[in-house]
Amino acid sequence: MDYVKLINCMRCGMCLPTCPTYKETFLETASPRGRVALVRKVQEGELDQSERLLEYLSLCLDCQACATACPSGVNAGELVAEFACEQKSDKGLGFMEELILRQLVPHPDRLETTMVPMRLYQKTGLQKLVRNLGILKMFPNPLERMEGLLPELPPRPLRQTIQEITPAKGAQRGTVGFFLGCVMSLIFSEASRATIQLLTSLGYRVITPRNQVCCGAPNMLGGDLEGLQQDARKNLEVFGQHQLDYIVTDCGGCGAELKKYGHHLAGNDAAAAFSAQVRDISQVLALHADELRSLLKPLDLRVTYHDPCHIAHCQGIRQEPRELLNLIPGLQYVELNEADACCGSGGTYNIAQPEMSDSILRRKLDNIAASKAQLLITSNPGCLLQLKKGLADHLPQVASMHLTELLAKSMESNPAPRRSGNVVNTP
Amino acid sequence: MLPSFIKELQTIVGNQHTLTDRESLAVYGYDSTPELESKPGVVLLPDSTEEVASIMRLCHNAGVPVTPRGSGTNLSGGSLSAGGVVLQTSRLNRLLEIDEENLTATMEPGLITSALHREVERRGLFYPPDPGSMNISTMGGNVAENSGGLRGLKYGVTANYVMGLETILADGALLKTGGKVVKDVAGYALTPLLVSSEGTLGMFTSITVKLIPKPQTKTTMLAHFPVLQDAALAVSAIIAAKVIPATLEFLDKVTITCVEEYAHVGLPLDVDAVLLIEVDGHPAVVAEEAAAVAEICSKHHCSFFQTAQTADEALRLATARRTALSALARLKPTTILEDATVPRSCIAAMLKVIQEAALKHNVTIGTFGHAGDGNLHPTCLTDERDQDEIKRAHAAFEEIFDAAIAMGGTITGEHGVGLAKKKYLPRLVGESGIRVMRGIKAAFDPHGLLNPGKVF
Repeated sequence: MDYVKLINCMRCGMCLPTCPTYKETFLETASPRGRVALVRKVQEGELDQSERLLEYLSLCLDCQACATACPSGVNAGELVAEFACEQKSDKGLGFMEELILRQLVPHPDRLETTMVPMRLYQKTGLQKLVRNLGILKMFPNPLERMEGLLPELPPRPLRQTIQEITPAKGAQRGTVGFFLGCVMSLIFSEASRATIQLLTSLGYRVITPRNQVCCGAPNMLGGDLEGLQQDARKNLEVFGQHQLDYIVTDCGGCGAELKKYGHHLAGNDAAAAFSAQVRDISQVLALHADELRSLLKPLDLRVTYHDPCHIAHCQGIRQEPRELLNLIPGLQYVELNEADACCGSGGTYNIAQPEMSDSILRRKLDNIAASKAQLLITSNPGCLLQLKKGLADHLPQVASMHLTELLAKSMESNPAPRRSGNVVNTP
Repeated sequence: MLPSFIKELQTIVGNQHTLTDRESLAVYGYDSTPELESKPGVVLLPDSTEEVASIMRLCHNAGVPVTPRGSGTNLSGGSLSAGGVVLQTSRLNRLLEIDEENLTATMEPGLITSALHREVERRGLFYPPDPGSMNISTMGGNVAENSGGLRGLKYGVTANYVMGLETILADGALLKTGGKVVKDVAGYALTPLLVSSEGTLGMFTSITVKLIPKPQTKTTMLAHFPVLQDAALAVSAIIAAKVIPATLEFLDKVTITCVEEYAHVGLPLDVDAVLLIEVDGHPAVVAEEAAAVAEICSKHHCSFFQTAQTADEALRLATARRTALSALARLKPTTILEDATVPRSCIAAMLKVIQEAALKHNVTIGTFGHAGDGNLHPTCLTDERDQDEIKRAHAAFEEIFDAAIAMGGTITGEHGVGLAKKKYLPRLVGESGIRVMRGIKAAFDPHGLLNPGKVF
């Protein structure tokens, strides 16, 4: 941990009003300024790494709204995440962490196989039965929450069904590598299909390497820096085999992590070059706004947009998604109040910190309701999981989908968006 | 702190709102003042006037000191407590009333300043004081410190708007002063006395402020000056021309560079200073004043003059200015900020003093601030680990303070004395000033339990 980064916080408090957990609690220990102070005091030996201290730090969503707000250039979210990662890696990986982070996450085939029983569970009607009987109430809370977050799964993960090379439609303007996020592929494959369709329609040949692996974000979360570096090296090798204009992803979380490979593998020029090539899908589409506009057909919808933290705060992308939505003829775009405030998803935060996550989600849902939008657009699978569940429970009249899904629909002009809730991808 | 005493506090505010763990006490041990930290004995988050009164009564009987605290953005160490009770106002954050007939707003002390702005502006009304930290500062803190802001030149400071207060005194008694009446000469004027009392005379539980109609329109302008002194002379010339802008802010080269690096609003990196100027009011007057400002700036050799074309652009410029202090921390980890204030005609002379002091003591000072108010913020960029440089920084500031006093100015325009400027107060107010202040303190707080150690 870089001590100078900690003392750069001059405690002005500019971060406080943007921090979702401070806004809920008004407690200094739940604020970015407070967290930086706690980590600093541990480094200075004034405080120990007590259970309570780690508990306070674990309330951080790592949404990095504080980094956007900080004029001094301190990234409290990242500092806390780095500190937590160091603590965990000092302890070594536990049995479950070893199993998940080393044996499962880096191997898409295995990861996908674990989803088979999940699909069976949904398809056989067992899910309905379980929900009706309240069987999950008998299990620990996190399991029940995980089950509740799960939308209907596609029949097969996209990685298995998509061809490795999708040719450009019409004249080819370039070649992009498509980084397929695990959750996008496993759960939101329709959106990623739409991403590929948009790219090819704009003249890109899309290469989706089948042997790509997880971006490594879960390893960071689990304190497994070495695992993260292994993932990064594998992806460098896989994508390095192709001549690419960009490496595109439609997952905000993956995009943010891929753009940090240069940092994670410091001194590795190839990693820095890889990171420099990474683009969020909205960045690439916005380059061809005029051409895209000519492909879009009217959609008579009132639409709002939720900024995923990993896109707005971690990658600084705010304008492009809004510009793209405004390209759709007939679409009425309405800005969401506190659009770039976290939805409470935060990776696995909604499972680890259910109460805080729910409070933050409620605030987001209130803002969505006030916008009177019929459709909520966002562009990160974590947000989609969280918001779909929230909307289904509290605002069933509002649908939700990934940005690329809506753009693809406008291209096909199929005006009726699917309702939110657990029905996302009908096979 | 005795466990039995803590228990009694817990019965008043509840266990959940009584913080005693080491970690909490550590993070309530600082505010935005550099170099100062001291740990409180307990942090309480009361939710009502009654709870505040009960706490004060209990502390009075036990002889335990009490320090009020809002969001901890104080810049003079005023919200720090050494082992005492910290009364944190964050739960007392209700806007109680907006009275459109009397043009007043009444609120609890924990209300965030910008939240008040939002609510009154929705009704076409205006509460002008806008301290740099307004998005997080609390109204209670603003009143206790008599906060200024960017609009002080035309609209004045917090004190000019506070009409009435409800204050819990040291012994738990309630003192009501002022109210919604425009005129009130009954007895001593206690409301203005409580404003800027820095938590040493009582704890506010209700604040009533004056509102004015929201200006119909405004124009935001930015003038680039290749030469620092030209910018300072332009400030005096604008005011001498009988134009009173709402905002007349100055940023020097060091500050411009840091702010631009953070905010990307297109500030020039090749000039010595910029002035951010905002005129507001009736459209015809605004147009006339904006033209006058442009002419004066060009007479004083401004190299470029820019008028914000949209409300969004204007907001981005003003917001960028608000980040100045924090943005300066990009260069060095420790920023020691001062707010010596001089009569506005002396602004050019003051800038010179600051430059010379920085040179003489070999320190980097970035200066920005409310030039129209004569209220500059020379900010020393240093590193708390370099004790020698810190010493030189304080020596430079000592010269700046003495010069400000000599020019008929003051050691602090808006940040308060607190702990940080205690040493300089006697130089400004003299022995009789201190004696009168001590007498007032004794009348309000005979046992010296309210925010002890602050001001004098």
